[in-house]
Amino acid sequence: MSATRPVPHQQKSAAFEYLTTRKDEFVGWARKFSLFPYPFVTACCAMEFMSVSSTLYDTDRFGAALPRFTPRQSDLLMVVGTVSHKQAPVLRKVYEQMCEPKWVIAFGVCATSGGFYQNYAALPGIDKIIPVDLYIPGCPPRPEMVIDGIMKLQDKIAGERHPIINQDF
Amino acid sequence: MAHGILVLQIAAESLMPVAGRLKQEFGFDLFLDVTATDWPQRRPRFDVVYHFYSTRDFVRVRLKTRVEEADPTVDTLVTLYGSARYMERECHEMYGIRFRGNDDLRPLLLYEGFVGHPLRKDYPKQREQPLVPYRDVKR
Ligand code: SF4
Repeated sequence: MSATRPVPHQQKSAAFEYLTTRKDEFVGWARKFSLFPYPFVTACCAMEFMSVSSTLYDTDRFGAALPRFTPRQSDLLMVVGTVSHKQAPVLRKVYEQMCEPKWVIAFGVCATSGGFYQNYAALPGIDKIIPVDLYIPGCPPRPEMVIDGIMKLQDKIAGERHPIINQDF
Repeated sequence: MAHGILVLQIAAESLMPVAGRLKQEFGFDLFLDVTATDWPQRRPRFDVVYHFYSTRDFVRVRLKTRVEEADPTVDTLVTLYGSARYMERECHEMYGIRFRGNDDLRPLLLYEGFVGHPLRKDYPKQREQPLVPYRDVKR
């Protein structure tokens, strides 16, 4: 609207005055473009994670680029790589330190199911100890798959219920 | 000779004198690794295998000694090579070889409470010892 042409008071355009939406839809829309990932990066998948989060593939386009290096400030836990039994208590603690709402991505086949590590050392999938929202298979997954995964997670967040007050609060 | 390396097969008692001579007289100043081989059918069951390297002559040497399953004990090399401390810890947790004289054989890669020695052939391949109890996963 140009400043040089004053609008008569009686003729306000109604389109910009108010907007109706459902609360869950609105909060979901806001949240899905504002993901703060915490990269729990343990193994070779990290290379692909660097690739997907830097300029060429650029997860910033999906609002999920700025990694927080404390779980307390993040709402998306990306478990990137093999998790051993020795690390499992750490992963569990990191998950518990994150505030609600939070989502978890298992990045790569190791985090998803342990992959080809079926032995004394490796945890066969992080969903054995924490809930997972999205699994991205591949060893390591292609950046396109990761982006597809992030978009699927965004769809999921957009379609979720977003209680302002939940049972814990 | 095996795989292009000089191999010395020695008795467990002569490990210290031989390793000492290799270091002092032949200049094998770098301790590369100690590991073990498990031969479940053989008596004695384990080979303890050492590798040394000479940074003067650029050659390696392999030392092998055999120990019984009932008493898998060899002398420690920490008095000769400080780095033996960690490698012996690893060999101890993975194969259950005891190193007489190494007073710090806590788990290195494994964790306290782990039962058994995972690189022995009789350790069940799928046996896990999780530290965090598993959730009930509904898929
Ligand atoms: S899935 Fe493959 S690339 Fe990723 S951590 Fe496991 S082994 Fe490495």
